Amino acid sequence: MPTWQKEWPRLERGGGTSWGDTTAPTTQIGTGSGAWEPKTLGTKANLDLEPGMSRAPPSSGAPPTSTAQASCGQAGYGQFGQGDIQNGPSSSTVPTPRLPGSQPFGSPLAPAVSQPAVLQPYGPPPTSAQVTAQLAGMQISGAMAPAPPPSGLGYGPPTSLASASGSFPNSGPYGSYPQGQAPPISQTQGHPGVQPPQRSAPPLASSFKPPASGGPRMPSMTGPLPPGQGFGGVPISHPNHVSSPLPQALPPGTQMTGPQGPLPPMHSPQQPGYQLQQNGSFGPGRGPQPNYGSPYPGAPTFGSQPGPPQPLPPKRLDPDAIPSPIQVIEDDRNNRASEPFVTGIRGQVPPLVTTNFLVKDQGNASPRYIRCTSYNIPCTSDMAKQAQVPLAAVIKPLARLPQEEASPYVVDHGESGPLRCNRCKAYMCPFMQFIEGGRRFQCCFCSCINDVPPQYFQHLDHTGRRVDAYDRPELSLGSYEFLATVDYCKNNKLPSPPAFIFMIDVSYNAIRTGLVRLLCEELKSLLDYLPREGAEESAIHVGFVTYNKVLHFYNVKSSLAQPQMMVVSDVADMFVPLLDGFLVNVSESRAVITSLLDQIPEIFADTRETETVFAPVIQAGMEALKAAECAGKLFLFHTSLPIAEAPGKLKNRDDRKLINTDKEKTLFQPQTGVYQTLAKECVAQGCCVDLFLFPNQYVDVATLSLVPQLTGGSVYKYACFQVENDQERFLSDLRRDVQKVVGFDAVMRVRTSTGIRAIDFFGGFYMSNTTDVELAGLDGDKTVTVEFKHDDRLNEESGALLQCALLYTSCAGQRRLRIHNLALNCCTQLADLYRNCETDTLINYMAKFAYRGVLNSPIKTVRDTLITQCAQILACYRKNCASPSSAGQLILPECMKLLPVYLNCVLKSDVLQPGAEVTTDDRAYVRQLVTSMDVAETNVFFYPRLLPLVRLRIGTKSPIESTTELPAVRASEERLSSGDIYLLENGLNLFLWVGASVQQGVVQSLFSVASFSQITSGLSVLPVLDNPLSKKVRGLIDSLRAQRARYMKLIVVKQEDKLEMLFKNFLVEDKSLSGGESYVDFLCHMHKEIRQLLS
Amino acid sequence: MMATYLEFIQQNEERDGVRFSWNLWPSSRLEATRMVVPLACLLTPLKDRPDLPPVQYEPVFCSRPTCKAVLNPLCQVDYQAKLWACNFCFQRNQFPPSYAGISEVNQPAELMPQFSTIEYVVQRGPRSPLIFLYVVDTCLEEDDLQALKESLQMSLSLLPLEALVGLITFGRMVQVHELSCEGISKSYVFRGTKDLTAKQIQDMLGLSKPAMPMQQTRPAQPQEHPFVSSRFLQPIHKIDMTLTDLLGELQRDPWPVTQGKRPLRSTGVALSIAVGLLEGTFPNTGARIMLFTGGPPTQGPGLVVGDELKVPIRSWHDIEKDNARFMKKATKHYEMLANRAATNGHCIDIYACALDQTGLLEMKCCTNLTGGHMVMGDSFNTSLFKQTFQRIFSKDFNGDFRMAFGATLEVKTSRELKVSGAIGPCVSLNMKGPCVSENELGVGGTSQWKICGLDPTSTLGIYFEVVNQHNAPVPQGSRGAIQFVTQYQHSSTLKRIRVTTIARNWADVQSQLQLIEAAFDQEAAAVLMARLGVFRAESEEGPDVLRWLDRQLIRLCQKFGQYNKEDPTSFRLSDAFSLYPQFMFHLRRSPFLQVFNNSPDESSYYRHHFARQDLTQSLIMIQPILYSYSFHGPPEPVLLDSSSILADRILLMDTFFQIVIYLGETIAQWQKAGYQDMPEYENFKHLLQAPLDDAQEILQARFPMPRYVHTEHGGSQARFLLSKVNPSQTHNNLYAWGQETGAPILTDDVSLQVFMDHLKKLAVSSAC
Repeated sequence: MPTWQKEWPRLERGGGTSWGDTTAPTTQIGTGSGAWEPKTLGTKANLDLEPGMSRAPPSSGAPPTSTAQASCGQAGYGQFGQGDIQNGPSSSTVPTPRLPGSQPFGSPLAPAVSQPAVLQPYGPPPTSAQVTAQLAGMQISGAMAPAPPPSGLGYGPPTSLASASGSFPNSGPYGSYPQGQAPPISQTQGHPGVQPPQRSAPPLASSFKPPASGGPRMPSMTGPLPPGQGFGGVPISHPNHVSSPLPQALPPGTQMTGPQGPLPPMHSPQQPGYQLQQNGSFGPGRGPQPNYGSPYPGAPTFGSQPGPPQPLPPKRLDPDAIPSPIQVIEDDRNNRASEPFVTGIRGQVPPLVTTNFLVKDQGNASPRYIRCTSYNIPCTSDMAKQAQVPLAAVIKPLARLPQEEASPYVVDHGESGPLRCNRCKAYMCPFMQFIEGGRRFQCCFCSCINDVPPQYFQHLDHTGRRVDAYDRPELSLGSYEFLATVDYCKNNKLPSPPAFIFMIDVSYNAIRTGLVRLLCEELKSLLDYLPREGAEESAIHVGFVTYNKVLHFYNVKSSLAQPQMMVVSDVADMFVPLLDGFLVNVSESRAVITSLLDQIPEIFADTRETETVFAPVIQAGMEALKAAECAGKLFLFHTSLPIAEAPGKLKNRDDRKLINTDKEKTLFQPQTGVYQTLAKECVAQGCCVDLFLFPNQYVDVATLSLVPQLTGGSVYKYACFQVENDQERFLSDLRRDVQKVVGFDAVMRVRTSTGIRAIDFFGGFYMSNTTDVELAGLDGDKTVTVEFKHDDRLNEESGALLQCALLYTSCAGQRRLRIHNLALNCCTQLADLYRNCETDTLINYMAKFAYRGVLNSPIKTVRDTLITQCAQILACYRKNCASPSSAGQLILPECMKLLPVYLNCVLKSDVLQPGAEVTTDDRAYVRQLVTSMDVAETNVFFYPRLLPLVRLRIGTKSPIESTTELPAVRASEERLSSGDIYLLENGLNLFLWVGASVQQGVVQSLFSVASFSQITSGLSVLPVLDNPLSKKVRGLIDSLRAQRARYMKLIVVKQEDKLEMLFKNFLVEDKSLSGGESYVDFLCHMHKEIRQLLS
Repeated sequence: MMATYLEFIQQNEERDGVRFSWNLWPSSRLEATRMVVPLACLLTPLKDRPDLPPVQYEPVFCSRPTCKAVLNPLCQVDYQAKLWACNFCFQRNQFPPSYAGISEVNQPAELMPQFSTIEYVVQRGPRSPLIFLYVVDTCLEEDDLQALKESLQMSLSLLPLEALVGLITFGRMVQVHELSCEGISKSYVFRGTKDLTAKQIQDMLGLSKPAMPMQQTRPAQPQEHPFVSSRFLQPIHKIDMTLTDLLGELQRDPWPVTQGKRPLRSTGVALSIAVGLLEGTFPNTGARIMLFTGGPPTQGPGLVVGDELKVPIRSWHDIEKDNARFMKKATKHYEMLANRAATNGHCIDIYACALDQTGLLEMKCCTNLTGGHMVMGDSFNTSLFKQTFQRIFSKDFNGDFRMAFGATLEVKTSRELKVSGAIGPCVSLNMKGPCVSENELGVGGTSQWKICGLDPTSTLGIYFEVVNQHNAPVPQGSRGAIQFVTQYQHSSTLKRIRVTTIARNWADVQSQLQLIEAAFDQEAAAVLMARLGVFRAESEEGPDVLRWLDRQLIRLCQKFGQYNKEDPTSFRLSDAFSLYPQFMFHLRRSPFLQVFNNSPDESSYYRHHFARQDLTQSLIMIQPILYSYSFHGPPEPVLLDSSSILADRILLMDTFFQIVIYLGETIAQWQKAGYQDMPEYENFKHLLQAPLDDAQEILQARFPMPRYVHTEHGGSQARFLLSKVNPSQTHNNLYAWGQETGAPILTDDVSLQVFMDHLKKLAVSSAC
């Protein structure tokens, strides 16, 4: 008690004021939302003709029309004014940064024009409301097609653009077109043809300045005046567009152009020109075309467009017009980063995970600990079912906090232990209601009335609060810890400090790659940095095991002159051969340990043993901890499929033929039940397993990672490990992994107020019953996603409460309880639900749900389920919350406008749609990783960050310190400028993409080579050069790495290089090689689904 | 006559290491059986013969496949034809070419009568290294372990440099230490609870795969070294330092032992691994597994007692009540190991030092079947253990270790005889043959035995059966012959063959009974009968054995006593038999047959030694020797009788296992008064010192080192003496005998006098 009492005053002050403050904000928000609401409703796609027209006028009508497209954008923005930050500005911000970049190549205006034109239709809604994202689906566009001409000037530009794209598809069918035009076109269009022209392009490019707009386009630019060429040049992007809206309607040809349509305008002034031409030319062409005719008939399915007869090809969707993740992120940053997030108010939606903000704990757990899919829960299960929005919380109980935020206070209630509700066993928290003058309290979860023990009694003030409320963390904070008593300990004995056991594969492969030597060398110094929790010296004991097909334990007792090796070859019946001297204090046994680590590489230097065991190794570690009666963590460094005769022996069962069959799921399932059993034993002992894999070939990650997964451990995989290339990454991961603070032997329980109940859990843990999440180990990176379901009505008044209690043993061997409390609102209106959702969290849940699904269902089923659920969510919104409008309109709730793009990323991920180069192990690995990811990680993992670098140099005066401030661009190839350099990261991978026409000076200052062609492709380290750009880029890379739980190895990719294929996989808005839809296509797909649901 | 026979016997013993119960052999089967004491001998195969330099060639064998006897002085030789006739099967054999120069004046040694015992050195064949595998219990008290470690380190310095040594330690786990690696010490660890097959052990030790990576890397090694090397068994000169350090760093078994528990000790698995290791690496090569244990096996196969201290280790009482739940299973386990070791020519020593029992009862077969040593002490930190252990490595006059390995003893008999069996530290090789009797005494049914470990005192009792039929008398003056062929691995690593051929005259019992009587060796007979008794006692109930012994004695007395029927007072025995009943009296009271007051372990220990010592030592065991020291004259042997315990005497008793010095009441008082320190009583000082010196002499020579007890009248340890002496005076007959002489013994045991009276009565009775 005294400890925190001392510090408490500080808090009290803060708390007091902030309470006041928070109320203010709420009202604000309230008003804000109120203000917004109408807009939301108002916003929708205006592309549809009739209704759109009616609505459109206000928004779109004015500016876009005739005013040169150039101006209209601005005008539009002007209209919406600064007042509304959301869409207006966003759209403007996007283009503006681009401008400088594009300038060299052409007039800034032109691009601006084109964009706004596109935007405008949407513009109005956005400005008016958060809702923003309404999309004219392709159908819409189709429907629109007729419209544009009528709307004429107003829509002219957009339509033209769209149609341009639309027309392109046609280009395919138009056999004549290419022919007529020029040979180059055909080349560009045909995929094979694409490359040659490109190659030829560079020289041309040099002569022409314009090339900037992008490699592919080059050829089109140069040669052919005809519009078609311009588009043709962009073969890469075609795939997506046209096809999606009306698949039948638009034969292959359609795919070609779609994307480019929009692009060119943005970047190069000249292109618009072409486009227009195209439009012109194609536009007319379409009508007559038989092709289109036929498809459209089919269109009726969509129901909506009766009028919009189909004569015209579908309208291209402008990528800039569809909701942009970048925009949303930027907006949130701008709006919410400046003010601390104060948790005093129930049901507040926190800032996005991409926003850098401070949290003040005033009674609810920080979003760093808990994030919910919705902060406003439907009162009834019927409502919840109707909305289909999963109710889930992503909980990271031991999340690391920024330095500015205090870690949870530790409350010591002495021998009596923490105060709990007698009935539901919930822990004392700020929501507990003290009554009868403070002599009793009513449980906020189960309403049971409990006596306050005499030693805890305190009087209440006039508001009914205990007068000591601010002196007690458990009465005023959302997160805090209790010191646990022996009742909370295994065998009623206070725990011993945990132990770390390093278990090193010393088979031929591990030796040959230099892994063992590297590792041993590193451990020598790393052991000084074991987590110590403020103590002078870490309490953690360490032990060492090496193994191939037998195990070698080491006695490193401090009294020995030399370490002793003990070989256990009875792998069938593993046991620990020694007790004393195996787990030692690092500083006491320093000399012996050093000697051991020096000798291990020597002892096995000549080994020829290639076979390894695996399960017995874990078994051994677990038995060692059992013998030492402590919890702990095993660090396994393993290289190969364990084929030696022993329990858990595996066989190579990798079979690509299973992909896309009903048996595909078996690839994700463990081969044998041994590991499940083993994991269970490990969990019982509090033995967490971290696995570092260094495979050269298939090792069956699905099976090997089972124990780490179930014990709350981590898996790291370094395929084809080579010291020169992977040392940095491995060591960095290792250091971080060893040093990170871990809670051991943990049990997590989530209690909820009556009405909802935690029913499902996702993450790395074991559950032996339906309520207790057992975690042998839990670190600050691990997340548990919990899904809730109604089992009764909730009360709007009292809201819904969550209490997550984590009982664990700290690194110092202290038994503690960490409590996180979170109060949520409850609603009777669906609109409230949709207004308080968090898409990032939703995606986290859905990804985990799907990734678990692949274990039991065919992947197709899993994908369909996701799509259906998403469609249902959106359809429900459309039906119940959006104001009536044409079915042709896609209306997305503001909070979920990114749901389609993100969901598409999930669907395209390696697990759900593997590319040809993705191995089974990779998939299993990723599947495993995602299971424990928090919201921020899933966010960037599924939608990578793509940061333009050169612009960064030019555009900002002061060096950018925090990467979070960096404006990213959307993950699409269209967004890449060949004159720029980009960094792309997704939390696991880091690419530096170099455009082919990057200025020499830039090349020189970054790579220290004279020209683009001299840059080594696949480079993983940037040379350390003393110039601002190099420093800045390297600094940026470092800070990106620092943000992530795993070290991201850099890969330098040159435009048009082989490696680029790899890179392109991460441009998630584009159509993927493995068949994943582009963002635009998917959006259309989704729209279709929604319409089907609505009809 | 008597004198000559004594001389003859002694001479034969000196020369051939053989003592026969009968030195004239009854010529018919029927008569032989009526002699009561069977025709048998005590054979000390490797008896020290400093005067007998081995010959550097190989023996000449009879060419008949079923005979294969070795050319010996009893063979008829035709020098002209260069032929010799086998005296066992009468096969005529050509001399080998190297004997071309043979003639009556140029005889090879083996034909000379004084070379009835001769030793050949076999030069060819692989030289096998000496192998010592230490199996060390680490569940010891700190000081015990320290003492043991020192002893082991000391022993390294005593081993020949080429000897291979290995180390296995055990407690809760079993560790096989790899000795070849430098720097880091490496050991293979086995769970102490798991019964592993030989194959599993060898797999786990990496012995089954010849292509061990470690060895592959050094293909040149086998050539460098004459012996196939194993990582676990290394020549001492290579790893002397490593092993010394390893032993130095040996820790007590680190696993916690909770209150009320015994430490978990995996002796069974440790031994099993030791046997498996040698089996896999050096089959059929002499090797010594030396087990050092400080307590009973408490887990795994071969467990003798559970780890609950509240359950005591089995006693004789439990065994009789069939209440020793682990005994049979454990015994079976160790027997299996012992047999495997014996098959491979490896011997197992057990050095058990603990205050409580250590399971020798169950483990005794390991030593008994393989010729290993069994040493029992209270602690490794005693001179008893230390010196005994050191004595293992003592050397003979040639500087060779007094130990031999992997011996096979083959017995050949002339036609009138067959061999019934052997009792001693051996196992049967199951060699059937013409000279194998159907009637087994001891380990029979074979003419060959394996003795995996033996030393110059190792003595076997070998029993024969006269098969000559009564109606086919042997020719007058003809002799029966027996040949003992002992092939063994000498400690110098060479193979040697010692051949002893003896012959005795046949005698017709009816006509020459007196001669036969005179040729009776009652000492040998007593020991041979005792061995039979002890052998029976291993499998039969104690009282049955005693009854059998009594009956044999009575029958012998009836046969050879002179008496009038039904008149006990008339009973007399000739000199050749006079001591025999007394031996039997003491044998009946001996710990070999009486288990009262002895633990099963102690009984096993005593019996183990009894079954392998030579005649002199065996006799001491049967009837301890008592010397008396006084001012009345020079030290003298006195009767082992309570009447010898006098106040003014100092007694020195040697029971083989104990040396007891007992100060009579007066002497003790004098000593307490400190007379010995007064110059004027220097003679008293000398008197006190004399037995000490004599005791020291015995202590120096004996293996195992006896327990040394120094006590006095009324001392608690005086029980050692009182339990041995003939209780001629007891509380029952005290007054009858008067108080002045001797000390009364508080016992209900019968005294020798009573025993003799009964014996006479029974002998003369016609009822028997």
